Amino acid sequence: MKKLILTTALLALTAGASLAQTVRMGTEGAYPPYNFINDAGEVDGFERELGDKLCEMAQLTCEWVTTDWDGIIPNLQSGNYDTIIAGMSITDERDKVIDFTQNYIPPASSAYMALDAGADVKGGVIAAQTGTIQAGYVAENGATLVEFATPDETVAAVRNGEADAVFADKDYLAPILAESGGQFVWAGEEVQLGGGVGMGLRESDTELKAKFDAGITAMKADGSLNALIKKWFGDAVALF
Amino acid sequence: MFSSCAAPDTLQGLSWLLCYLTTGKHIDFYWSFLTVLTLLAVTAPTALAFGFGGAMMARSQYLALRIIGKGYTAMVRGIPDIVFFLFFVIALDQGIEWFMHQVRCPDWTDPIRNGLEFRVCPEAKVPNNSAAQLWHSVYGFVLAVITFALVFGAFAANVLYGAMQAVPREQLETAEAYGMSHGQVFRRVLVPQMWVFALPGLSNLWMILIKATPLLFLLGVQDIVYWARELGGSKTSAYAYPHPDWRLYYFLFLMVFYLAMTKVSEVVLARVQNRLSLGQATAAGEAQRRAAV
Amino acid sequence: MSCLQTVADYGLRSMGYGERLLPKTDFTLCQQFTLIGSGMLWNIYFGVLALMFGFLLANVIALAKASRFALARKPAEWFIFIFRGSPLFIQFFLAYEALVLLPRNGIEIFGMTAEVSWLSRAWAGALLVLFLNTAAYTAEIFYGALRSIPKGDLEAADAYGISGWSKFARVQWPTMLRLAWPAYTNEAIFLFHATTLVFFSGFPAFRQEGDALYYASYFVDKTFNPFVPYPIVAFYFILLTLALIGIFGIVNRRLNRHLPSNSRSKLKFRPQIIR
Repeated sequence: MKKLILTTALLALTAGASLAQTVRMGTEGAYPPYNFINDAGEVDGFERELGDKLCEMAQLTCEWVTTDWDGIIPNLQSGNYDTIIAGMSITDERDKVIDFTQNYIPPASSAYMALDAGADVKGGVIAAQTGTIQAGYVAENGATLVEFATPDETVAAVRNGEADAVFADKDYLAPILAESGGQFVWAGEEVQLGGGVGMGLRESDTELKAKFDAGITAMKADGSLNALIKKWFGDAVALF
Repeated sequence: MFSSCAAPDTLQGLSWLLCYLTTGKHIDFYWSFLTVLTLLAVTAPTALAFGFGGAMMARSQYLALRIIGKGYTAMVRGIPDIVFFLFFVIALDQGIEWFMHQVRCPDWTDPIRNGLEFRVCPEAKVPNNSAAQLWHSVYGFVLAVITFALVFGAFAANVLYGAMQAVPREQLETAEAYGMSHGQVFRRVLVPQMWVFALPGLSNLWMILIKATPLLFLLGVQDIVYWARELGGSKTSAYAYPHPDWRLYYFLFLMVFYLAMTKVSEVVLARVQNRLSLGQATAAGEAQRRAAV
Repeated sequence: MSCLQTVADYGLRSMGYGERLLPKTDFTLCQQFTLIGSGMLWNIYFGVLALMFGFLLANVIALAKASRFALARKPAEWFIFIFRGSPLFIQFFLAYEALVLLPRNGIEIFGMTAEVSWLSRAWAGALLVLFLNTAAYTAEIFYGALRSIPKGDLEAADAYGISGWSKFARVQWPTMLRLAWPAYTNEAIFLFHATTLVFFSGFPAFRQEGDALYYASYFVDKTFNPFVPYPIVAFYFILLTLALIGIFGIVNRRLNRHLPSNSRSKLKFRPQIIR
């Protein structure tokens, strides 16, 4: 399933750009504040800023491409872009088919958000995005899973009563909850899933992986990664 | 777009709406209508050509060609177009790159298929990885056109095959009696007379094609459905113009667009049919002749 | 695990019977065929019910469109125009967006509370859209057939003193059906093909119970290989299409049984209707 949706080019480098191989960065563009398409029609968000920084450090020319979530790995395999940088949690299942860099966001909590703090998150109807670790978790734990193609639809489902709660990365839900004016509240308990968020690459692209790994290590060391996380996700999140 | 839109948070009412509707994203949305219209304009003749080829093959005197032609036309009957779209584009993409790989990198020793990975040499990437984004868009668009044309070409082949059969046999026999060759009969008699019989079917096909364009997003083209979903979804203040879920309104707008397209097409096609019927040995042609007398 | 065991576990998974969890490992061909086949049950459910209800409504609408009274004709014309003039895909989306806006607690009608929340579920909402859509397409086919009933047939009926309801039931309606049947067969085939759109329609899947494409995309998501599950869906649809052609062919023979064999209308594939 090829769902390459194309966005504006970015030349991260000016000098030597013509010699370097362009690295195409694949993202979803529908998961603020991780990645989204801003009102100018360009990819924006935490991962855009991080990706541009990493490309600059590794002296790569990077270009941003958006694609639907459910085709994001097959399209990487097929070579339509070279990296996945889309809030993708590192899991064993995914690690079997693609490679991950070290995480650039520490293992974060997934949380239930509902209209009512007493919502039944164990046995009720829980909305989650298809193909996410959260969807897998809900399916295995007895609640009724209701799946949507985009994260936005999962939240809409709770708002209109289709589902009792939505289960997603807490960092994604937090700004929605904060802006709902008291409509949404947290429900149940937070759950730790996955090994943090990392960049996905083809298993054969070891060289590229090493470059990004080095960049992330450097950013962790000088604290700039923490600063970036704070900028996009607020103060109340886990840091390195 | 407008200078007054510099600070969206301070805007209210109509001026907010005006600024909102002219954001870069909305401009992309409006352009995507052009994408859809371009796809229609390019796909229709391509599909017609595929259909013409298919119909000629189905009428061929060689069994092998006949089987290919008929098999092609039977394809659309069994398989839903969506299922076809889902895996064909990626197959076509890999097929092209595999072919380029054979041509450009004959010395490449690594396996192309490595588990699930599909890996060709960098020179065989279409378009080249460092090509401008525009070319990637164009390539995606061309793949979509080919896929659409293949599916709708099969429909067109069906229609054209029927139309070729509908041309009165006497016309062809008369032409042969005048000593025309096979090719001449085909070009000078069969094809010109066929269109009037084919037009109702082709009109339907055009309508079908219009209504199939929302499926473009399945093929990875940034089309109007993609943008309507993206723009309509609820927006938090990470965006400059936060708003609740407005997809209903965006989709209503698309609905109106499609209904208008249908209406316009109906009117135009009725005129073409009228024009084509002139002087033809059909009921409509006869009616026109009587009316003129 | 043997294949028979897999069929027993997952054969009715799409309806909510059998194993609760979908397979997490292996993803054998047998599992893929079984689960996708299980999902096909939903496609058949949508197709058969929409076709049956659509057939009934289409008769009414076709008659309304052929009516002399504008009060009956105009609504029928608009109904047909809207459902034939816009893509089914958009209709699905709009329907879902509109149906979820219905009040959750039900609607008060004459003091009684009508539950409406089930309408936003795929089994009801998507069926409703498919039903209205096929009714519009079928009505147009029936309307065309109604207008091409040979004048002689009607005059003969008049001559025999058959009129009113019995003229309609014994002459007009059977002839309309006979004339419309080949086109109606194609409508049925394309309706079944259109059921695949339900997956993309915005109606969510509950408890991982979905249609054939839902399970196909589940396997693509797990195996990262689109070249096995989707062709399996295609294979099932070819079987379904052949079955449909067989069934509709039998009906066609019955509708034409009174005619001399050389003037019977054969079922011919004409792609006149698809969404």
